[in-house]
Amino acid sequence: MVQSRTDIAAQFISTLPHAQALGLSLSRIGFGDAEIQLPYDTALIGDLETGVIHGGAVSALMDTCCGAAVMGHPDAGVATATIDLRIDYMRAAVPKTTIVAVAECFHMTSSVAFVRATAHDGTSQTPVATATGTFAVERAT
Amino acid sequence: MTRATPEPVQVIKTRRNSALEALKARVPYAAYLGVEFERHGDELTTVLPYRADLVGNPALQALHGGATAAFLEITAQVVLSWSVIWPLIEAGGAVETVPVLPKTIDLSVDYLRSGLPRDAYARAKITRAGRRFSSVHVHAWQDNVDRPFAMATGHFMMPDHV
Repeated sequence: MVQSRTDIAAQFISTLPHAQALGLSLSRIGFGDAEIQLPYDTALIGDLETGVIHGGAVSALMDTCCGAAVMGHPDAGVATATIDLRIDYMRAAVPKTTIVAVAECFHMTSSVAFVRATAHDGTSQTPVATATGTFAVERAT
Repeated sequence: MTRATPEPVQVIKTRRNSALEALKARVPYAAYLGVEFERHGDELTTVLPYRADLVGNPALQALHGGATAAFLEITAQVVLSWSVIWPLIEAGGAVETVPVLPKTIDLSVDYLRSGLPRDAYARAKITRAGRRFSSVHVHAWQDNVDRPFAMATGHFMMPDHV
């Protein structure tokens, strides 16, 4: 049975221990784009006084989502690794909301994938954060 | 000429360490990742002890890029906050209520090599300490301090009343 590219990407994400630990779930995967959800958890709070999720958890969400978008791309290799990732935090996520990241791999060369992502918490049109990153594309030799 | 008797070292250490504990307690996510803080005077080194659930690539057992980014961000933020409360500690005040933590505006992470399945360490340098905005550079290493596996630059908004 031939596995589709998106099946491979979905499976890839479900086997990442840290993604599982954070409770990340893949809600959509396409050819070069992905959507992943991060449910609210008090363990992920960045400042007890506000109850807002730590930026680091949003980074992990963004990194995973970008990686999934790369793996779902028709020209993807066998694996991928982050080269760099920049995250801009537009506003604090509202406590107790699920944060949803959407990533798009908008260009891929033989060795590098270019990705951008946006995270929303469903309470405003303004994203919680945006990210841009480059990923190394590892190909079977 | 008389000179004030210096405070006993234990008193100073207790005051500094309890301020650091108060700061740690403020960030549940740091505890979730298992981040530890080592203090030498005012210098802080953070430690991320290896754990299987920090892995992002099961084949290589490499640390997840997100866990690495989070570790760097926690380090930058805690070091910034520590620089704010340090003068208060040195002035002799007990710092049980830590000021609001600096807010991350942006963080740009460079992954230099894959994170191995072992402990990681990080140190942050405040490159600009402003009243409203601060810039921080942070680097993380594992076996060899001269071979960082990740580094980041971030900008933070400082709490109002400082």
